[in-house]
Amino acid sequence: MPLIEYRDALNQAFDEEMTRDENVVLMGEEVAEYNGAYKVTKGLWKKWGSKRVVDTPISEAGFIGMGVGASMLGIRPVMELMFWSFAAVAWDQIINNAAQVRYMSGGLINCPIVIRGPANGGTNVGATHSHNHESFLANIPGLKVVCPATAYDAKGLMKTAIRDNDPVMFMENTLLYGEKWEVPEEEYLIPLGKADIKREGTDITLIAHGRAALTACTAADILAAEHNISAEVIDLRSIRPLDEDAILESVSKTHRAIYIEEAKPFCGVGAQISSMIMEKIFDELDAPVLRITSIDAPAIYSPELEKRQLPRPLDVVEKVLSIC
Amino acid sequence: MATAVTTTDFSKAPINAKLSTEQKLKLLTEMVRIRRFETESLRQYNGGKIGGFLHLYNGQESVAVGCVSLMGDDDHVITAYRDHGHALAVGMTMNECMAELYGKATGCSKGKGGSMHFFAPDKNYWGGHGIVAGQTPLGLGLGYALKYKGLKGAAMCFMGDGAVNQGCFYESLNIASLFEVPVVYIIENNGYSMGTSLARSSAFKSCLAERAEGFGMAWGKCNGTDIYEVRANVQEALARAHIESKPTLLEVSTYRYYGHSVADANHTGGYRQKDEIEFYKQNHDPIQHYKRRLIEEGVLTEEQYEQIDEAAKSEAAAAAQFADESPVAGEETITQDVYFEVDRQTEAGRTGKHFFND
Repeated sequence: MPLIEYRDALNQAFDEEMTRDENVVLMGEEVAEYNGAYKVTKGLWKKWGSKRVVDTPISEAGFIGMGVGASMLGIRPVMELMFWSFAAVAWDQIINNAAQVRYMSGGLINCPIVIRGPANGGTNVGATHSHNHESFLANIPGLKVVCPATAYDAKGLMKTAIRDNDPVMFMENTLLYGEKWEVPEEEYLIPLGKADIKREGTDITLIAHGRAALTACTAADILAAEHNISAEVIDLRSIRPLDEDAILESVSKTHRAIYIEEAKPFCGVGAQISSMIMEKIFDELDAPVLRITSIDAPAIYSPELEKRQLPRPLDVVEKVLSIC
Repeated sequence: MATAVTTTDFSKAPINAKLSTEQKLKLLTEMVRIRRFETESLRQYNGGKIGGFLHLYNGQESVAVGCVSLMGDDDHVITAYRDHGHALAVGMTMNECMAELYGKATGCSKGKGGSMHFFAPDKNYWGGHGIVAGQTPLGLGLGYALKYKGLKGAAMCFMGDGAVNQGCFYESLNIASLFEVPVVYIIENNGYSMGTSLARSSAFKSCLAERAEGFGMAWGKCNGTDIYEVRANVQEALARAHIESKPTLLEVSTYRYYGHSVADANHTGGYRQKDEIEFYKQNHDPIQHYKRRLIEEGVLTEEQYEQIDEAAKSEAAAAAQFADESPVAGEETITQDVYFEVDRQTEAGRTGKHFFND
């Protein structure tokens, strides 16, 4: 199976879906002639031309709203935010329009739009460019939120997101764009709402999304090698819809759980999941459900300190040892 | 507030000169129906039957009716929260609209949208949007989709004068002009941005529409008193969209007789005086103006007008009765119409948990 970069996996997903459906159009700042700020859309403008791959002005409220409006008429825009952080200036279009128009029309309208881009810290670009919006957006009924951790997942989930008839918020990671994974040449899809068991284990369940799932895998390897602890790792892949069954089955087996995410702790995804575990399978727990998140402060610039602000494998190991 | 005095006879504009008697009477009837619907809505609101906000269209009827009367199969409409007039003009029934105000299952949005959120995509009507100017990028998107699909249509995107100072509106104008999107932005300038007058809310040279100049976009201004004038001006903009695929920003001077919404300081002698409202009713009422016009043209009699008015009044009263007698939807419907895939129970809709109520 070929090893390809996360960015190229996404690129393949776009190319395949553009071939499949003439209504799929890529839009965003510098996605066309410049080949994308992170080269995720490299070569696609050359192949597909200006109708299918569209450079927009730096105008997120305008072009995201335009995509939402076009999707109401059956176009399937795949909109790049150069950083998910910039969604803040398009918030009204996402929260009030894309997410609510189906409900407020009593189900007469739907928005088959994908809004995508990197949502991560860890690149020394400071607080305004390092937001993780997943818990904000998953809080809004009407939106779907997807956070792939690998190239394989990025491709399979993106193809599904483009075919989905609801608005999908697709969160990538600049630190992963250049990483390689095995991706099959034949076509495949990964459903939203299906978690991936990345490691099987018996002593504790590490649940995570996005890059934190990779952190959890590294921690699980260390726990096995150095502490004789068998950790199961669940990568949610999509936060809404959520694979609740996978979480509950695993924790019922291991009786311990820790949620790991790169977002902030307050009202985070981990808070939702730990509440769910407590409500549904309280009697299965042998220890409180713990969480590991970014340190609760704006994203710091200092390269050394930022490494410390985000969850590291050893932070996970330490937290696991506190309850195992 | 000054309103431009019309000196041109717009009845002679080709788009109006070719109107049949039947079509002229329909224009009048639609305006009267909107007026009576709104008046009935106010009565029911005051009677406690309707919740939330109620932004009435009384006084502005010529704009929605005039614009909608020009729509072809591939022309589309989107507006803000003062949306009842446009809804009725595109052919939504009084029953479904009134029932929506009552929050009933028979409402156009099953009681999920309310006054500000009427939709009828089958009639090319895309709402009904509650956030000031929030619909302006959506209107752009409708126009973009029409062009993408190679259809000869336009999106008419309405807004109030209070919307023109929002950022996303300028972003939309820029993209509309840059991408040559067939969208017609129509500012229904009723002189007040909620309770703040035009003079106190907007900086401009000659008028608001002139701001399009900076985007290299065609623009124009007209008086909304005369529905013929509205039609003549909008027709030009639609032709520009259809033939050249270019946008236009049009400003129509109009006036609302009621407050921004019914819970408005206006009623307690706030930001405008009663004599100003009276002045507009006497001199600029689009229905009275058109009625006189049609009588002069010899296509309408006083008796006929009375019949039209009575019929509209009865229709509105019947709609209120229909709404009153309609059931409220069951509690189980609260979580319906959120996700397309869940509603259709597709494989995607059946995979994973979408709602977190248990």
